[in-house]
Amino acid sequence: MLRFIIRRLVQMVGVLVVLSLLLFLWLRSLPGGTVSAILGERATPATRAAMEKAFGLDEPVWVQYGKFVGRVLQGDFGPSTSVLPGTDALDIFLQRFPATIELSFFAMLIAVALGIPMGYVAARRRASFLDNASVVFSLVGVAVPVFFLAFLLKYVFAIKLGWLPVSGRQDGSLDATRVTGFFVIDGLLTREFDASVNALKHLVLPAVALASIPFAVIFRITRASVLEVLDEDYIRTAESKGLTNRVIRGRHVLRNAMLPVTTTIGLQIGALLGGAVLTEAVFSWGGIGEALALSFSRRDYPVLQVIILAAAAVYVLVNLLVDIMYAVIDPRVRTR
Amino acid sequence: MTSTSTSPSTHPHGRTGSSEPLLSVRDLRVTFQRQGQEPFEAVQGVSFDVHPGQTVGLVGESGCGKSVTSLAIMGLLPARGNRVSGTVSYDGTDLLTLSDQQMRDKRGKDIAMVFQDPLSSLNPVIPIGLQVTEVLERHRGMSRKAATPVARDLLDRVGIPDPDRRLTDYPHQLSGGMRQRALIAIALACQPRLLIADEPTTALDVTIQAQILALLKELVQDTGTALVMITHDLGVVAGLCDEVNVLYGGRIVERGERHELFAQPRHPYTHGLLASIPRLDAPRGQRLTPIPGSVADNLPWTHACAFAPRCSQPIEVCTRVMPELVPHEGRPLRCHNPVEESR
Ligand SMILES: Nc1ncnc2c1ncn2[C@@H]1O[C@H](COP(=O)(O)OP(=O)(O)OP(=O)(O)O)[C@@H](O)[C@H]1O
Ligand SMILES: [Mg+2]
Repeated sequence: MLRFIIRRLVQMVGVLVVLSLLLFLWLRSLPGGTVSAILGERATPATRAAMEKAFGLDEPVWVQYGKFVGRVLQGDFGPSTSVLPGTDALDIFLQRFPATIELSFFAMLIAVALGIPMGYVAARRRASFLDNASVVFSLVGVAVPVFFLAFLLKYVFAIKLGWLPVSGRQDGSLDATRVTGFFVIDGLLTREFDASVNALKHLVLPAVALASIPFAVIFRITRASVLEVLDEDYIRTAESKGLTNRVIRGRHVLRNAMLPVTTTIGLQIGALLGGAVLTEAVFSWGGIGEALALSFSRRDYPVLQVIILAAAAVYVLVNLLVDIMYAVIDPRVRTR
Repeated sequence: MTSTSTSPSTHPHGRTGSSEPLLSVRDLRVTFQRQGQEPFEAVQGVSFDVHPGQTVGLVGESGCGKSVTSLAIMGLLPARGNRVSGTVSYDGTDLLTLSDQQMRDKRGKDIAMVFQDPLSSLNPVIPIGLQVTEVLERHRGMSRKAATPVARDLLDRVGIPDPDRRLTDYPHQLSGGMRQRALIAIALACQPRLLIADEPTTALDVTIQAQILALLKELVQDTGTALVMITHDLGVVAGLCDEVNVLYGGRIVERGERHELFAQPRHPYTHGLLASIPRLDAPRGQRLTPIPGSVADNLPWTHACAFAPRCSQPIEVCTRVMPELVPHEGRPLRCHNPVEESR
């Protein structure tokens, strides 16, 4: 098992190296560029050249990449060029990262906590009203664009009804103490519980919006997977032993049904960033989703590079966790 | 004619010779009803008895309703889409009238079952040990800890080598024969009085088949467990069963004590089945004679003999009138024109 994990970590480094190269080349092949983004198209060639030189963009791409790798190995991603000029790109990322993680975590929590039980119940009551209703509900979940859903939730529950905050992660007036950057945890650590509650209230709407797609996917996979397992011979064997429903459900059905669900959850976590960009924009969340959109439109290569590489690292790590989970559940993988 | 010492009873007793049947199936009918489809009666009024300690065979070709019969007895048919009628009395209680909970209390404890495919019948993600102990925990009220040595002894008893290690093994780590032994250990864990084995050897290769059959025979003899042996292979029945029921198209067409049935099959179907098993004393080069046609050719039982289109000796009445299951020379037979010669 340990050897398996180490091998996967080494693979991860390889993936990141290849990705960083592709990313580097891709960014520099985009139309427009850092300089045009800052100066506009009508700047004189001389000013353009001066700025390119300042950012090191005048050198051949290979040289740029070599220098980039050299600096990154020392933890230096370079200063932001156009989002927050001069600020260290890594700092921008680190400062915003907890916001996105907190949002994504709660979104996945909602998706899993609703998707798995609903999928299970729908499968057990196949073709009942409950089943049909939840299938339709999940279809709506995937079909409605995240952006639109975020807007709708904000309009109804924040603006019209006023039940929940309109934007941001916490009321500034609380002046809460910062420890980890995860506001809910910070409140607990510093015993400023009202700060935690306030952060949670801010989380509800964006997390629900962001959860819509993973929820729908997890629900559908769980339902399909439970239906398949219920049909298996070993469930009939379990029934023939007279086991209680509780044991059959927990030990025999759910464990087997969770195998494909685990993989799905991993993939959904990886896909979350796309939804986060939109959700964070609607709720002025101040996370990396917003920074990603902004740095892309302004061609801020250093910031883009940190964010995309970090997202890739998270993605690979999550899938490593998924594989470990899989091996924990399924002995056939473990002993191979 | 050979042994004709038939008792007048249509249910010859097994070794124990006790008078009350342990299991008494009467007019069992199972109809599947799928939306948008004609109802399909898979079991059409099957009756048979199993006495304590007796081994009874249910024999017939694929699709004749053997598994459906056994699942109906166990209360394991799908929850929806079927209708079951008749009575299945076990030790005086009609199982078909029991609640789900009452049936759960009986399954695995009083009546147990062994299935056809040992790999798919064991849960792939649960160690063998737990798959044995959970049934002891359930019905014997044992703790997992107390049940573990019992499970170990059971694995040992069914001939699984190195049982201590096998407790923590998973199904994929066992050979096919060992898996079937494990399933037998699970079924016998609570010493049920009745065991139903649904083609327990079809998924295994020939030498393993013989071992598993020998094991089953030994176990039911030692423990006095009654056994319902379901198979499409009369060869399996030959060494094991006291009494044999031959099923065709959801109905019993012939029943007899094993030796009688083998010596004098009266139904052309039974005759055909017997002719299609290889005999050691057959002249070399003699071709086996499988029954021509398939169940797809069946006529509806309601106004004919379902087997008539495939029969070697049909007469005119066979396609007009349903034959009843009535005693013929002392044992039940459903045929207008029985085979007369001995084999
Ligand atoms: N759940 C079900 N729904 C509809 N029809 C079914 C169902 N289960 C079985 N049948 C039908 O009932 C008939 C009898 O099936 P059964 O499984 O009892 O056959 P069998 O004698 O056990 O055959 P085999 O030797 O192939 O196991 C078949 O025609 C089958 O298609
Ligand atoms: Mg069958």
